[in-house]
Amino acid sequence: MSGRMGAAVGTVWRHRLFWPVLILVVLLLSNLIFTPSFFSVEMRNGHLYGSLIDIARFGAPLVLVALGMTLVIATGGIDLSVGAVVAISGALACLWISKQPDQNAVVGVLVAVGLALLLSLVLGVWNGFLVAAVGIQPIIATLILMVAGRGLAQLITDGQIITINSSPYKLIGGGYLFGLPFSILLALVMTLLAVLFTRRTALGMLIEAVGSNAEASRLSGIRSRRYTLLVYVFCALCAGIAGLMVSSNVSSADGNKAGLLIELDAILAVVIGGTLLTGGRFSLGGTVVGALIIQALSTTIYTIGVPPQTTLVFKAIVVTVVCLIQSPAFRAKFSRRGRPGRADPPARSVQQKVEVPA
Amino acid sequence: MTALTTLGDQVTRGAGRLRRYVPVLATLALFLLMFGIGSYRYEGFLHGQVFLNLLIDNGFLLVVAIGMTFVLLSGGIDLSVGAVVALSTMIGASLVEQQNWPPLLAILVVLTLGTVFGLGMGCIIHYFEIQPFIVTLAGMFLARGLCYTISIDSISITDPVFTRMAQARVRFAGLFVSPSVLIALVVLAVAFVVLHYSRLGRTVYAIGGNEQSALLMGLPVAKTKITVYAISGFCSALGGVLLTFYMLSGYGQHALGMELDAIAAVVIGGALLTGGSGYVLGTLLGVLVLGVIQTIISFEGTLSSWWTRIVIGILLFVFIVLQRVIGVRERSALSRLSTRSVTEKPAPPRQEVRT
Repeated sequence: MSGRMGAAVGTVWRHRLFWPVLILVVLLLSNLIFTPSFFSVEMRNGHLYGSLIDIARFGAPLVLVALGMTLVIATGGIDLSVGAVVAISGALACLWISKQPDQNAVVGVLVAVGLALLLSLVLGVWNGFLVAAVGIQPIIATLILMVAGRGLAQLITDGQIITINSSPYKLIGGGYLFGLPFSILLALVMTLLAVLFTRRTALGMLIEAVGSNAEASRLSGIRSRRYTLLVYVFCALCAGIAGLMVSSNVSSADGNKAGLLIELDAILAVVIGGTLLTGGRFSLGGTVVGALIIQALSTTIYTIGVPPQTTLVFKAIVVTVVCLIQSPAFRAKFSRRGRPGRADPPARSVQQKVEVPA
Repeated sequence: MTALTTLGDQVTRGAGRLRRYVPVLATLALFLLMFGIGSYRYEGFLHGQVFLNLLIDNGFLLVVAIGMTFVLLSGGIDLSVGAVVALSTMIGASLVEQQNWPPLLAILVVLTLGTVFGLGMGCIIHYFEIQPFIVTLAGMFLARGLCYTISIDSISITDPVFTRMAQARVRFAGLFVSPSVLIALVVLAVAFVVLHYSRLGRTVYAIGGNEQSALLMGLPVAKTKITVYAISGFCSALGGVLLTFYMLSGYGQHALGMELDAIAAVVIGGALLTGGSGYVLGTLLGVLVLGVIQTIISFEGTLSSWWTRIVIGILLFVFIVLQRVIGVRERSALSRLSTRSVTEKPAPPRQEVRT
């Protein structure tokens, strides 16, 4: 009996989502101490309100960016340029709308959205081209757009903050549909699409194959370059949508500040969610949980009343703890006595020997 | 026959060595070209002082980029440098202004803290095998966050030692530099000697070339990898001190995005981001190129500041593609000629991703 219980606990314990979900739950529960009404969700004017809804609503752009980032990281790459794409996409959409005679015209807004997403796709193709065709390391290839992209965004807005007044555009980031914030629905749809395409078709497996060993997958007949290109385009598209959301929520585009550091938050979300930066297996569910952890952390800091700038310290602590827990070397060092049967993966064993002469 | 092979070897080796200098020479040519264009277009550009001003305005960036050179050469990355610079200005300012510490002691404490910070990150990277990218990212968040726990606002400095350092000018031949420039140049000289003439420096190159091989050769991989991050931490802290002299204030928003500038300077200076290849003098040229872009834009007057970022991005692209092309050629040249005489490191395999 106890053995079976132990096995069940063991399965839950070893599930890759166990630690991220536990941390999210602990974070949310710790809010109860400061705000007892934290979990209450109420209906006001046909719209849902509540702290939990807020976390999901403000976390939606991060969820989107992190989704794309997960697939890029799964191929063994990384995309540093997402923050710049967020800024560019928002800037272009707002510029187009601000030039319209009637900012509330649905057609104008749709064209603006289309143009912004098109430009995002082009930027994604650029990244993918550099990585897949030219063969530049992903971190360097995307660094180019990360550095130049903010300049481009400011070039589009002419260094100004473009303010618009357009109710159809406001829907994307700040509106409601069926009582739920539209941004949550949008993030949900994109998540479901990504899960559908990667887990119900062979795409996910192919991406993992490319990430595990690009050369081996090429030799076994997978067109690895095509999938590498695809994930960068998808990542830029997600970032583009996130850019629309961010700019729509505040009805303005700021080339300098929009999406600042979102690439780092997205990478953190992916890592917290249990996807290894070295590529291979990925977990979209973990990423969503990871993104929500980061947003919940910021919200918690605000409700406790600590100066919001110090959020960074807590973020650093959470990242370090999560990474240490997930690090095989760390686990091996501290659980060797408890479970002597645990063998290190072969790749690690060489590394382990390093420390003896040191 | 033997003589012929030897001659062939020597030619290959000589060509290979020359080719390794191509990125640095390209940077030098680029710098001279940009400076030439500036001198042609703007009156008063071609002046020794304009060149020295590049060093005065970018001395702290040079010091930070030198630390970054060590890390990048070893095949790692350090995203925390900008935040450590900000934290150093903050700690220095608060110790001197709010706690009334003697300035020299405060500077010493700042330098020690920066080194310990880097050392700590190096230990986590090495002993727990977490990617440098993530560890130094956490370090960046921690350092920036700690700035705001000291103070959310900027702390301005009125201490006489700091103001004297800020206003002092070392004059020679009708020109002048600030003391910070001299400090930065000393750091550059020390880094040059360490990288090229010391055991530590050669080990850094060896680890960047191939960590497994370095390990099998019996090199102290663990110690060197940790030392590299400690050096970067020290350079960031020193960069922070120099920035304090320059700005005469401590602020959590100082040096935003400086890690990108430092990485860009090192890459434009010809170092490979994959490690194992590059020169610290190239880093100096990289910093000068970044400086000259800003100078041209300020001389032009009508161009807006964001063009700086766009031009840096374009330059990054050009240099990365240049290195890629050289890398491919070097590899094919090596495989065509005798493999016996291979002394240069072939370009790393493409699927290898270091983050």
